[in-house]
Amino acid sequence: MDLFDKFDGVAELHAEIAAAGEFPFGLCMERVLSATEAIVGGRKVILAGTNNYLGLTFDPECVAAAAAAVREHGTGTTGSRVANGTYAGHLELSRDLAAFLGRRAAIVFTTGYQAVLGALSGLAGPDDVILLDADAHASMYDGCRLSGATVIRFRHNDPADLDRRLKRLDNPHSNKLIVVEGLYSMLGDRAPLAEIAEVKRRHNAYLMVDEAHSLGIYGENRRGVAEAAGVEADVDFVVGTFSKSLGAIGGFCASDHPKFEFLQFGTRAYMFTASLSPSNVASVTAALEKIRTTPALTEQLWKNARHLHDGLGRLGFDLCADVGPVVAVKMPDRETAVEMWNRLLQAGVYVNLAIPPGTPGGLALLRCSLSAGHGETQIAQIIDAFARADADMRSGPQRAAGTGD
Amino acid sequence: MMTVDRDQIFADLRQRLEAFNKAGLTLTEATDIAADLSIDSVAVMDLIMEIEDKYDISIPMNALSEMRTIGDLVQAIVASVEGT
Repeated sequence: MDLFDKFDGVAELHAEIAAAGEFPFGLCMERVLSATEAIVGGRKVILAGTNNYLGLTFDPECVAAAAAAVREHGTGTTGSRVANGTYAGHLELSRDLAAFLGRRAAIVFTTGYQAVLGALSGLAGPDDVILLDADAHASMYDGCRLSGATVIRFRHNDPADLDRRLKRLDNPHSNKLIVVEGLYSMLGDRAPLAEIAEVKRRHNAYLMVDEAHSLGIYGENRRGVAEAAGVEADVDFVVGTFSKSLGAIGGFCASDHPKFEFLQFGTRAYMFTASLSPSNVASVTAALEKIRTTPALTEQLWKNARHLHDGLGRLGFDLCADVGPVVAVKMPDRETAVEMWNRLLQAGVYVNLAIPPGTPGGLALLRCSLSAGHGETQIAQIIDAFARADADMRSGPQRAAGTGD
Repeated sequence: MMTVDRDQIFADLRQRLEAFNKAGLTLTEATDIAADLSIDSVAVMDLIMEIEDKYDISIPMNALSEMRTIGDLVQAIVASVEGT
């Protein structure tokens, strides 16, 4: 018996994947050249799987703000927000976020994962019930577990199923919290928030929406899918991340609840970790301002998304959702996905390889995410790489089973 | 209070779990769902959803950690059905 025996299955899977080419889980970005290019294996590749939706990681103003902050305030806060780790910048960012989201208050966490974990475990307790979308992110599952609440899983994006499960609950008097994402990161499909909000109202439940992959992208003011669906008033808690459209790391939870600030003193993922570093706070503050004042960034992202979605669709690839910042391509099986992923990398295109159990429904996916930083030529190159990889696999000696149709 | 046929519930579960019985074991109430069957945690949760719908009950995810065997699951279904 060995503690690591439980990894035997993973080891076996990884050995198989490694034997097929480059190892995808932890591929070294030897040098990152821009929001959309890096050196991998000594060669320049186009990055088409980074969640860098607005391409702000190298934005001159965000970089300058971060550089100025590290010089002025040092490399780290070395402490928790509830001890020595609250700087003026943290408070300013919280206020800016609340204003941007049109919420009374926002709480800033050190990562997106911690924001979700901290919000769920702090808000819900053993007397409460959480209704969780089956395809929700791991941070939501972990937050649910940590909360000690009664957790009921409902069928993905299925308001009728949610309704049925709410009706079935035997204690109508407990607090009920519905937890969903705005845009699901793997398939890129959106939650039917108008319908979910209707169910929420009928059952007098709370609603939490994770806008991690939709902030800066959906809605007239780019506040996310809830804004686009016109149901922000029904969303009691909005959570999100700084590591996607905002180009850094960190997370937040925002609300209009009059007692919301108390969450800071009742959630360990906030209290028992060091606060965001000053440079990180500064770049996120600058990026948020950029999103607020530059709708052209979001428009460019959508243009790029349409270009890639149309291009891959025209080639006959099976795409998982409508046009959006995530374009996930369904592969017939894991082996084909791994081979295709390697061929794309050889052709100079990096996408995400997503395989079970990290994907819903046992799907094997090549997941692309767009950036406003992509140029038209780059998108054309991505489409071309997919076309050639597919053609080579259909004709080549390595043709994997199940690629024909 | 409703009463249910425990044997019938076991037969139903056995049938549903047979798809994951790669080792060809004889499934009994003592079979350990995670250890003896080729089933991952997502598939277990999906199975629970189907059971919830079939018996019109709630089996919270947090109760799952206490269920190891098919018998545990049968007991949870019986208790839940009879409690409604």
